[in-house]
Amino acid sequence: MTDVAIVGVGLHPFGRHGDKLCLQMGAEAARAALADAATEWSHVQCAYVGSYEVSNPDAIVGWMGLTGIPVRGVFNGCATGGTSLQMAAQAIRHGEADVAMAIGMDKHPRGAFAADPSVLGLPAWYGQTGMFLTTHFFGTKINRYMHDHGISVETLARIAAKNFSNGAINPQAWRRKAVGVEEILNSDVLNYPLTRYMYCGPDEGAAALVLCRADIADQFTSTPVYLRAAELRSRRDGAFEVQSPSLPLQSAPSPTVDASQAAYETAGIGPEDVDVAQLQDTDAGSECIHMAENGFCADGEQEKWIADGDTEIGGRLPINTDGGLIANGEPIGASGLRQVYEIVLQLQGRAGERQVQNDPRVGYTHLYGAPGASAVSILST
Amino acid sequence: MSANKQQPVAEGLFTWPSDEPALIGSRHGDGFSFPARPGEEQVLLKRRGTLWGFTTQQFRPPSPPYDGDDTAESFQPYALGYVELPGQLMVQARFTEADPDKLTIGQEMELKIVPYTTRPDGTEVLTFAFGPVEGEQL
Repeated sequence: MTDVAIVGVGLHPFGRHGDKLCLQMGAEAARAALADAATEWSHVQCAYVGSYEVSNPDAIVGWMGLTGIPVRGVFNGCATGGTSLQMAAQAIRHGEADVAMAIGMDKHPRGAFAADPSVLGLPAWYGQTGMFLTTHFFGTKINRYMHDHGISVETLARIAAKNFSNGAINPQAWRRKAVGVEEILNSDVLNYPLTRYMYCGPDEGAAALVLCRADIADQFTSTPVYLRAAELRSRRDGAFEVQSPSLPLQSAPSPTVDASQAAYETAGIGPEDVDVAQLQDTDAGSECIHMAENGFCADGEQEKWIADGDTEIGGRLPINTDGGLIANGEPIGASGLRQVYEIVLQLQGRAGERQVQNDPRVGYTHLYGAPGASAVSILST
Repeated sequence: MSANKQQPVAEGLFTWPSDEPALIGSRHGDGFSFPARPGEEQVLLKRRGTLWGFTTQQFRPPSPPYDGDDTAESFQPYALGYVELPGQLMVQARFTEADPDKLTIGQEMELKIVPYTTRPDGTEVLTFAFGPVEGEQL
C-alpha cells in the first residue's frame, strides 16, 4: 500500500471572528498549510473540504484558484475532519493524486446546536418535549460510567482544568485563561453531572493539511509525519449513542472502540507506543471515557491517572496538549484537522511552550460524534 | 382532574386515554423499537423498568424545536435518561423527579403520562415520563 505523509499544516485560530467569512478562514488555513509545505495550490491535485455551516465548502476554489482539480465537500458530524483526512489519504493510495489537501472550516452561531429533529430522522415530539439535545447523551453516558467504574466528579473537573491550562499556553487557542478545579466544580450544572466549564462550545475556525505520497515527501519538507492509519467506523446495533429514543438491551462497544482497534491493527502500533494523543473532549466526561475506549487505560483507571497528572504535558501520555475542544471550541468541519495539526507540531518539535519533551515519535487523534461515528488516526515520524 | 382539554404530543406514542397507559413500540424478529416503526407489529411496552442512567436539563432547550410555554426565566429543570424495560428495550424518557440526588441507577421506575406545556387555547399537551414507583423509598 502507498505510504502517505503529511508535509504541511495550517490553522486559522479558533474562536470568534466577527464578520469574517468562513470560506476566508478556510482559505487562510489552506494557504498556511501550503506555505508550511513550501508549495502552491497549483501543485495540489485533489482536495476534501469539510464544513457544517457552509453548504458548498468546495467553493473554496474561488479563494484558492480555479485549477480544475476534483474538490469534494465533506460532512460527517463531529467526525468530519477525520473523514476528510481519511479520504485525502485514500485518494493518494488509489493513485488519484500525488498531492492532496484536507481542509476544514466552520462558523457556528453561539449556544447549543439547535436543529429540527427531522434532519436526523427523528420524530417532531422528540424536539418539542425537550429531548433533542446531544448534551443529554454526554451527561447520561458519563453518569452511568462513573457509577460503573468509580470515577469522581473531581476527576472530570481536573480533566477540564488540564485542558484550560494547556489552552493558556497555546497562542492559537480560544480559551486562554487557566480555570481551577474548584471553579469548574462550582460553575452551573448544565446537564448533571457536567458543569458549564466541563463543556466545549461551538465557535469558528479552520485547519488544513497537505498530504502526499511518502516517497516524494522530501520535495516538501525534511520532517514529514507519516499517516500510519486513518480509520472511520459507524455505530453497531446496541452501541449507546447520542439521540436514541430507544436502544436494544444487548449492548455493543462504541464506534470509538472499533475505529481505534482497526487503526492499531492497520498501523502495527499499540496504545503503549503512543507518545501524545488528541481525544474528543466535547466534555470532560467524554475525554475520560475515551481514554479507555481508545485502549490507553482500563475502565476506572482514569481516576488514578488523572490524580497523578499522567495526561498533563510532562505526564506519561499527554492528552489534548493544545487544550482540546474545551479550550479551542468546536468548529465541526475543522476540529479533527486541528487535532492532526497539533500532533504534527508535537512530532516535529514545533509546539513551543506546550512541547512534549523527549522527542515524541507516535501521535494519535480521535473524533467521536453524532449519530455514532468515530475517526481515529495514528501518525509517526 | 384538570378541566382543561388534554391532548398527546403525538398520535401513536402511548395508549390514551387509559387507566394504565403504555408506550407503543414495535417488534422486528427478536428486537424491539420505540417509537413504533411503520410496517412492524405493534406491541405495548412494559410500564415498569429499572433506571439505567440519567442526566438533567438545567436550561431551556433551543426553541424551536422545544415548544414548552415557559421562558428562560420560568423554565423548570427536568431529569431524563434511560429505563430498561425487561425483555424489551431501553427507552429514553423525561422523568417526573427532577432532582438528580433523588434518582439512583438501578431503581424501579414506572410510566406516567404528564402535561409538559399548555397551548394558547388552554389545551394541555401530554407526554410520557418515568418516575420512581410510588410508595417505595429509595
